Amino acid sequence: MSINIILSILVTSLATYVSRFLGVLSSVRIKEESKVFRWFNCLAYATLAALIARTIVFPVGTLSDASYLSRVLVVLISLGIFFITKKNFVYPTIFSAISIGMINNYF
Amino acid sequence: MIKKEFFFKGYKSILKPDSPAIALGCCFIAIGALLKNIGFNIQESIFSTMIIYALPGSLVMAESILIGASLLSIFIAVWFVNARLYPMAVSLFPLMMDKSQPKWKYYLSCHFIAVSAWLIMKSNYETIEKKDRVDFWIGIGSATWSVAVLATIIGFYLSDYLNKDMLMGLAILNPIYFTCMMVGAMKNIQVSLSVILGSILGPVFYFFSPEWSILLGGLVAGTVAYYFGEKDVN
Repeated sequence: MSINIILSILVTSLATYVSRFLGVLSSVRIKEESKVFRWFNCLAYATLAALIARTIVFPVGTLSDASYLSRVLVVLISLGIFFITKKNFVYPTIFSAISIGMINNYF
Repeated sequence: MIKKEFFFKGYKSILKPDSPAIALGCCFIAIGALLKNIGFNIQESIFSTMIIYALPGSLVMAESILIGASLLSIFIAVWFVNARLYPMAVSLFPLMMDKSQPKWKYYLSCHFIAVSAWLIMKSNYETIEKKDRVDFWIGIGSATWSVAVLATIIGFYLSDYLNKDMLMGLAILNPIYFTCMMVGAMKNIQVSLSVILGSILGPVFYFFSPEWSILLGGLVAGTVAYYFGEKDVN
């Protein structure tokens, strides 16, 4: 079992490093002001947004114990708090951590 | 070698009150607890965060081990979920490429690419001269990386004391924090459209293919956003 765990860790590490390393190799030829750079900037934000949305809508791990409605409610209320507090990152984050358990009991 | 002044300037950037380090730390506490529950010992847990250092990567690995997936399928699943690291690298490293800096710095420090460090660098790079940016980046990366490793250790030992609601709280905190950060970064039409379309298309594409959803959703959303952004400027 232990050897399997180590091998899984190494394989996972390799799979994450590949994308990072290829990114650096491509960066050598890309200028900061170029169109390609702006395109990749859009791709980066879009894939991040896709990943985060997927984590909330189709979660894996502990988050899948919370109901769909409670997850969506927490996101909406947190975004509301974010705007009310003039874009403070801390308040909505703390709110979400404390409230998800409680909200999940009702919805 | 690395200029200490810029390294520490980067290292200290995680000490701000609204720093991503808090969200990052909390979610790696959850990872530490998760790894202990699926049978990792403390050394394996620390080792995995050190060399993987990608939250969705660790999550996918844990799930795959639980269902007894093969090494090849772990590789493919992790690669797909973390392919975002490629555009993240390409939209960050050109900002700090400088001929006076040795290449190894770039090859090693690309390991630090993660949402938290990336967002800190994106909002601070203009304050640093181009030739010193990679040292600044290594500072940010070392800081966020050490937070992740420390939090994994804390999570591992706390796991017996964490109930289901606490673990859920730790797990939701990360997407909420980054949702707010991304909404905060929506300052021009390209980024705004990328974030909005990406968050819609990611889950929509999941219905067609769970594995490809992030990659395809991101690619389509980002390209459409780029196209409209360019058109708007012209």
